[in-house]
Amino acid sequence: MDARKEGDRTTVKRKSDRELVVTRTFDGPARLVFEAWAKPELLKRWWAPKSAGVSLISCEADVRVGGSYRFEFGHEGSRLMAFYGKYIEVTPYSRLVWTNEESDDGAVTTVTFEEKAGKTLLVLHELYPSKEALDAAIAGMEGGMPETFAQLDELLVALGV
Amino acid sequence: MVQYDRARFDASFAALSDATRRGVLEQLGRADASITDLAEKFHMTLTGMKKHVGVLEQAGLVTTEKVGRVRTCKLGLRRLEEEAAWIERYRQLWAARFDELDKVVEELKRKEKVDGRKKRG
Repeated sequence: MDARKEGDRTTVKRKSDRELVVTRTFDGPARLVFEAWAKPELLKRWWAPKSAGVSLISCEADVRVGGSYRFEFGHEGSRLMAFYGKYIEVTPYSRLVWTNEESDDGAVTTVTFEEKAGKTLLVLHELYPSKEALDAAIAGMEGGMPETFAQLDELLVALGV
Repeated sequence: MVQYDRARFDASFAALSDATRRGVLEQLGRADASITDLAEKFHMTLTGMKKHVGVLEQAGLVTTEKVGRVRTCKLGLRRLEEEAAWIERYRQLWAARFDELDKVVEELKRKEKVDGRKKRG
């Protein structure tokens, strides 16, 4: 991996019981990186990479304060899941905030774009309503956990451990 | 991808089938405790509590450490390991997305340059 590539690495940290933070630097000005998040026709080109094992069937995003988004994912033609919510803050080229409304345990996601010398540092911050909500997201992430462990986790939750 | 083995799952399941052991896990979730503390809390003999802790230890749900004459129990690393594995998978998902996003940004940059030339020309 070359130096530039190394500097662009994506990092993820569990910043607290309720927060996850993803960071990455892009080689381009903030207005262009922001545009790729704000226009659904661009968003859908990168949101579901091949390695994720699912494809985006539809991608609607009305990127205005109060506007909704809805992404539908599928596998081999059948609809598997939908991801939806509302944008609650839209500040061109610097900040996007949206809610996730699939359940009461959904996170509020804030993305900031900070430009420096033609590059953009992107910070994606997810705030969950409770520690339990983030723990559950970690335990139940689609395709992440083998079935047996998902069952064990459900059992642990049921037992109140 | 991390492989979890069946035997460990069975051991966990067996460990959790007992009310006292579930209580011990709950207790250790709040604070570490010695076997003596746990025996007192669950109105049990030291030997009885040692057996329960042994089962939980076998399943990877609890770890113990002896300092001097006191054996202290705490929740096992396994749940922390699971979390670390999940975070790595989550990182890979975003890294893959962002590699695609790089391409989109490159294309927008190129387009802007071409449009800029057109405007000037």
